[in-house]
Amino acid sequence: MASTTPAAVSVAGLRKAYGSKEVLNGVDLAVPAGTVFALLGPNGAGKTTIVHILSTLIRADGGEVAVGGFDVGRQADEVRGKIGLTGQFSAVDGLLTGEENLALMGRLRHLQPAELKRRTAELLETFDLVAAAKQPLATYSGGMRRRLDLAMTLIGDPEIIFLDEPTTGLDPRSRRAMWEIIQGLVARGLTIFLTTQYLDEADQLADTIAVLDQGRIVAQGTPAELKRLVPGGHIRLTFGDLAALERAAVVLDPSNRDDDALTLDVAGDDGVRSLKDVLDRLERAAVDVADLSVHTPNLDDVFLALTSQKENAR
Amino acid sequence: MSTVSYAASDAATMLRRNLKHVLRYPSIPLFVAGTPIIFLLLFVYVLGGTLGSGLGGGRDDYLAYIVPGVLMLTLTGGATGTAISVSTDMTEGIVARFRTMAISRGAVLTGHVLGSLIQTMAAMLLVAAVAVLIGFRPTGSPAGWLGALGVLTLIAFSVTWLSVAMGINAKSVETASNQPMIFLLLPFLGSGFVPTESMPDALRWFADVQPFTPFIEAVRGLLMGTPVEAGTMLAALAWCAVFSVGGYVWALWLYNRKSVRA
Repeated sequence: MASTTPAAVSVAGLRKAYGSKEVLNGVDLAVPAGTVFALLGPNGAGKTTIVHILSTLIRADGGEVAVGGFDVGRQADEVRGKIGLTGQFSAVDGLLTGEENLALMGRLRHLQPAELKRRTAELLETFDLVAAAKQPLATYSGGMRRRLDLAMTLIGDPEIIFLDEPTTGLDPRSRRAMWEIIQGLVARGLTIFLTTQYLDEADQLADTIAVLDQGRIVAQGTPAELKRLVPGGHIRLTFGDLAALERAAVVLDPSNRDDDALTLDVAGDDGVRSLKDVLDRLERAAVDVADLSVHTPNLDDVFLALTSQKENAR
Repeated sequence: MSTVSYAASDAATMLRRNLKHVLRYPSIPLFVAGTPIIFLLLFVYVLGGTLGSGLGGGRDDYLAYIVPGVLMLTLTGGATGTAISVSTDMTEGIVARFRTMAISRGAVLTGHVLGSLIQTMAAMLLVAAVAVLIGFRPTGSPAGWLGALGVLTLIAFSVTWLSVAMGINAKSVETASNQPMIFLLLPFLGSGFVPTESMPDALRWFADVQPFTPFIEAVRGLLMGTPVEAGTMLAALAWCAVFSVGGYVWALWLYNRKSVRA
């Protein structure tokens, strides 16, 4: 990671409790400007709480939190001038039209009338909302509302955007459209801080991923770095009968054996080479294989491994 | 632009938003004006004959007597509408968005208050027009009427701030209209529909100290050109100040804490 770029978001020792319930328990993270950071975690891990603290909605109980170089507690208004939030709950005015919603945000950002008009038209175009611009929001689909929501965030030209579960509840097509929009924002040099429960989303979009579990960051790194944290891939072999499985087990070095399912797992970190080696050995021993599949580690494995460790520790 | 002009422009933007809501979905203003008009007609035509003779006059005298009380009922409708629209706002994510923007503090609430005030005053004028239509004749001077309008505006302003706080305080939109209900009862438990002298002692004591009696007496005096005691006028203005400041402080305090659904 380039440590020379200034941090758009930096958090050290962040704590937050509601009553006696500790929600965040010493969170540290840093997001370099112009990158995409994904905060991953199960429901109730504290993702939204972090976003709300970073976007000045709620106050931290302890720790240093800076966004865009300003302290979120002491310089909240300076922070607000640099950020945009698209939250989990759609933050649109349901009684106005799409165009009026955008104009409302533009006026609150104190845009001049000509500028307001230009930006509104531009964003309606970019977010594919021109046809629905004068319709009340009651007629909008979930995907359209979400796009409008993001457009409203962008009208103020924020440098740092917080997206709290931006695709939760969207159908696959709308989700893909949202990903493309987000990638477009990154290309323009914006910093994006997103939370998600979807690992493929983090994998697709993020430069850095942090896994949050029970108020702590349990892992942080690039998607590739995180995948290296869990035991590597394996080759799963399925046999026709127990005899074949017995013979194969002698010539191979299985990491896992299941007599009921008639399967053997063989470690296969180096892809094709280990696959060829396994097949060569089986051929020499004249063992027939009924089925074969190759498993590469994905973020799901990382996620489950990291959160289950916690589970065991309790 | 300076901070002050930003604050004014933000409040104006919010006011514009609220007025747009009203124009597009006029069910609340219709309810605000409709309820007191129905009360007015019921009281005058169903009960007015008997109650008017109780006052030592007739139906027309009773009409003249209850107009200030009926105008107070318009406030109630306005307060209920305000609480509902504020509560609706709070349950939507848009208020959370406003709070992450560099908008001047209180602009969201000020917009609500001004929007509701305009709505309530419009409803009051409508109710007054109906009263005049069915024979109400304010016998005071035009200066007195203007004074009455001023006092009514102050009362509406102060009650609106309270109802904004009540709207934020409500747990859901369904319960938002519960707290302003108190404003519906108070004109009845004051001098709105019968003189307080006719009430049992304990009730009469309450009626004389509660805010709506000085409100009603001040408006009645100004409209009809009858003398208003200095103490009554002072009490009315003092209650307005208490409601406004109390409502403002309460509303802002709640707003800064409650607009996140975490």
